[in-house]
Amino acid sequence: MPILQQILFVALFIIAIWLFTKKAGEIKRNIFLGRPENRNDNPSKRWKNVLLLALGQKKMFKNPLVALFHLIIYGGFIIINIEVLEILLDGILGTHRLFLPMLGNYYAFIINVFESLAVLVILVCVIFLSRRNIIKLKRFANKDLDGWPQSDANYILFIEIVLMSLFLLMNATDQAIQLNGSEHYKATGTLFFSSFISPYFSSMPLTSLIVFERTCWWFHIVGIFSFLNYLPYSKHLHIVLAFPNAYYARLNAIGQLNNMPSVQNEVLYAMQPELAPTNANTPEKFGAKDVFDLSWKNLMDAYSCTECGRCTTACPANITGKLLSPRKIMMATRDRLEEVGLNINQNKAFVDDGKSLIQNYISIEELRACTTCNACVEECPVSISPLDIIMELRRALIMEDSNAPQEWNSTFSNIENNFAPWKFAPDDRANWINEMPNN
Amino acid sequence: MKVNTMAEMLANGQTPEVLFWVGCAGSFDQRAQKITKAFATILNKVGINYAILGKEEACTGDPARRAGNEFLFQMMAYQNIQILNGYGIKKIITTCPHCFNTFKNEYPELGGSYEVIHHTSFLQQLIDEGKIKLKEGGEFKGKKIVYHDSCYLGRSNNIYEAPRKVLEALDAELVEMKRCKSNGLCCGAGGAQMFKEDEPGNKRINTERTDEALATGAEFIASACPFCNTMMTDGVKNREKETEVAVLDIAEMIAASME
Repeated sequence: MPILQQILFVALFIIAIWLFTKKAGEIKRNIFLGRPENRNDNPSKRWKNVLLLALGQKKMFKNPLVALFHLIIYGGFIIINIEVLEILLDGILGTHRLFLPMLGNYYAFIINVFESLAVLVILVCVIFLSRRNIIKLKRFANKDLDGWPQSDANYILFIEIVLMSLFLLMNATDQAIQLNGSEHYKATGTLFFSSFISPYFSSMPLTSLIVFERTCWWFHIVGIFSFLNYLPYSKHLHIVLAFPNAYYARLNAIGQLNNMPSVQNEVLYAMQPELAPTNANTPEKFGAKDVFDLSWKNLMDAYSCTECGRCTTACPANITGKLLSPRKIMMATRDRLEEVGLNINQNKAFVDDGKSLIQNYISIEELRACTTCNACVEECPVSISPLDIIMELRRALIMEDSNAPQEWNSTFSNIENNFAPWKFAPDDRANWINEMPNN
Repeated sequence: MKVNTMAEMLANGQTPEVLFWVGCAGSFDQRAQKITKAFATILNKVGINYAILGKEEACTGDPARRAGNEFLFQMMAYQNIQILNGYGIKKIITTCPHCFNTFKNEYPELGGSYEVIHHTSFLQQLIDEGKIKLKEGGEFKGKKIVYHDSCYLGRSNNIYEAPRKVLEALDAELVEMKRCKSNGLCCGAGGAQMFKEDEPGNKRINTERTDEALATGAEFIASACPFCNTMMTDGVKNREKETEVAVLDIAEMIAASME
């Protein structure tokens, strides 16, 4: 019997890892559908960003209480993984609490730390669920999240509560079995939180207890395998991508827009034709209409977004009732990219579906509302720049489609002909000098 | 008071220490011209050896670039860099955070590298060095002033302290809005919004920001950007508070308080 369980466990483990790797490969492929962009310079500064922004969650601490809550779930998640290591080894080797003999008295201490974290994680998940569903915090009770995104967020919190509860129940029944004296279940010492639940199981017969304990153990670990495979379809993917996203975050001043060397050169050759190469290539497309025209980092941004809505809450356009929501820009980019990925899965290579990011997913009205104030970029805890995407789409609107509001066309022609956005005579530019005092 | 252009100085065989880049708003907009004149007055009084480009100055291209018109931006950048490099300009002072950001962050990779100083940083420097002497008990002494952060000065370039330090020198009571510094709310003018109607919504951005400033009970809203100034001035008028609350650039406040 035990060997069958081991085989089943190993099979489930391999399937879980295989499915996850396959989907992760698809996501990686989708990200690299984007334009190449070199983000490998200055590694020391990049590692510092990983430490501060991803590991240290610096931006979260703009609101220390929420940061603490988030840190509990995040810390709980990482630290409890050490316990998952033991569970994995037990499952493969057919052992029970493999680390107990090695760690001796320290074992109970360590498990007690895990249990404390589990209890804290449950508490915080309950707080987070109530923020979404009872208090209805403005950035969560928002139409951006209607449908799947709202359910996704609730599922994640619910699954975490279930996983943590199973862990505590597993320990509680284990202690009840220990009292009954079973050779396989060695004394762990008191496990503080689960020992409160343990007495409720004391009247159960030993065989039922063992079945109960095993059931919790199996559901817990299968739950973790399932959760792993849920990640790629969820906003929860940020727990993985926040790290590379911090590493590859732009290091330039936040006010600097990406240069377009192709346009720079075209202007240069127009002004100084002698510099133009004889075999000048026809320039690439200008700006972005679809995900293929964005850079790979823009696409990784989309997969890293945890839909927290800090960007949208800080966006002056959104605050004043405009259609623009930086969070929605990121969600739309991911949705389109997933659609493109599915298209590739089905057809081996992308087959034109007559759709594009602009128009089908993001409207012109949204793009036109942006003040380029960078509040969204400043807010984002996982180093996303919604502004980068907005700007690339704006560039395509103007330079590919000549699609500008009439006022902007006048502004452009004024800048071009009068060297100022308004229609004043360039010769009058310094007229203010004549009005200087004592003149 | 005389304001020289680069061309005039060159003709007289002189080299100015700095270029005062006036910007389009500062040159043409009637309200912003007052800021320009105030700052030029300060430069003259302190005896800074400066010049302006005059008719040779042209839009940096910032609104074009942010609207998405990279061609026009690159054209303006090319022309401006030709002129600036032609005069051998090393140091630029500007009263416009948008021009400041373009010079500081966007022209260098196009071949235009200069030391760029925003006028609030320059004013702080002059006050610290004792070159600007302020009147005892000036017009702003003890008055409540709220400073509105310009996005292109603050978030884009991390200049939060210089304008505040200058305002503190006025002996005023400096108050803050809840959304300040890196959390500051835009006035609504950036990204070429200044030059078009708002998209449909339930409030104008400048009204939202002005309401926040008015709620502090300040008598003066201090700005450091001609576009923010216009937006906040419109907001104050919209709320019919123009008799109680004045929107002033920091340069205007200093010019009015100098000995």
